[in-house]
Amino acid sequence: MIPEDERTRAREVRARQRRTAVAMAFALAAFAALMYFITIARMSGG
Amino acid sequence: MTAVTATSHERALPADWRDFVALTKPRVMSLVVFTGLCGLLVAPVRLHPVLAFTAILCIALGAGAAAALNMWYEADLDARMKRTASRPLPAGRMDPQSALHFGVGLSFLSVILMGVATNWFAAAILAASILFYVLVYTVWLKRRTAQNIVIGGAAGAFPPLIGWAAATGEAGLLPLLLFALIFLWTPPHFWALSLFVRSDYAAAGVPMLPVVAGAKATRRQILLYSLPMAAVAVSLWPLGLAGFVYGGAAAALSLCFVALALDVNANEAAEPARMAPEKRLFAFSILYLFAIFGALVADRWLVA
Repeated sequence: MIPEDERTRAREVRARQRRTAVAMAFALAAFAALMYFITIARMSGG
Repeated sequence: MTAVTATSHERALPADWRDFVALTKPRVMSLVVFTGLCGLLVAPVRLHPVLAFTAILCIALGAGAAAALNMWYEADLDARMKRTASRPLPAGRMDPQSALHFGVGLSFLSVILMGVATNWFAAAILAASILFYVLVYTVWLKRRTAQNIVIGGAAGAFPPLIGWAAATGEAGLLPLLLFALIFLWTPPHFWALSLFVRSDYAAAGVPMLPVVAGAKATRRQILLYSLPMAAVAVSLWPLGLAGFVYGGAAAALSLCFVALALDVNANEAAEPARMAPEKRLFAFSILYLFAIFGALVADRWLVA
């Protein structure tokens, strides 16, 4: 049988991994959007 | 690394995203971003808003990267100081490898993005500032000499130069004087702080000036650096690089700075509880830099 504190810890680990994955997805999406707008700005002679 | 720390890392939870944010020293970054933005805004060339935003973002990311690498290298020092013991690495909330990868990755990202979005001259200065902060200040000087923050202070002086270079693609007298202003501002700012946290630095074995030379010598040095700093700040006006709005603000603010430095020089207290002048100077020094750069931008945009 798994002790309760081990289960709590495993839950917290999964929650943190999930939050990190979401944060990285947001960062990548923001980066892609930024690169798109940089390309447009450079093309317009900025 | 001690066996105790290694064991605690094995059992530690994976670092939270907030720990990665803490690794970039966001409070220090605000001053870096602000001075970089001002450098960009006072440049004679207008940059496309998206590219200007990217340039400031790159300065922020570069500063964050340098801070992360600094915390990675100094985790042992941070653990010995009250002020820094709760940072992610000494507190055991993050393993050193993650901090190193984060810092190196962010460094490359900031420099390459700066080069792609603006120009490679600005990217080169950004790369130089990160390398200077990490290699010259953190690795080489900080643990070896009491002049650590005098020379290392140059790293924090780069942002206005980078902002200007991002807009114009070159350096100039104005950004070089802004570089000199922050360079001369750094010692009084840090030494005022290190006077009232002297025991922390002494316990960690960092040779800050108050630890090595004593409080009296440090107080004199604070005053001696404040005078050329004030001269550089005001010089922009007679040199024709800024107008009367900036000139008046710079003169008034610099006068206050020097008056506070005189107060510090006159203080003979040894206990932090009686170091009100030092605490006042430290707090004012932050306001000083924000206000003086703000005045420069206001002078350029509102008056010109």
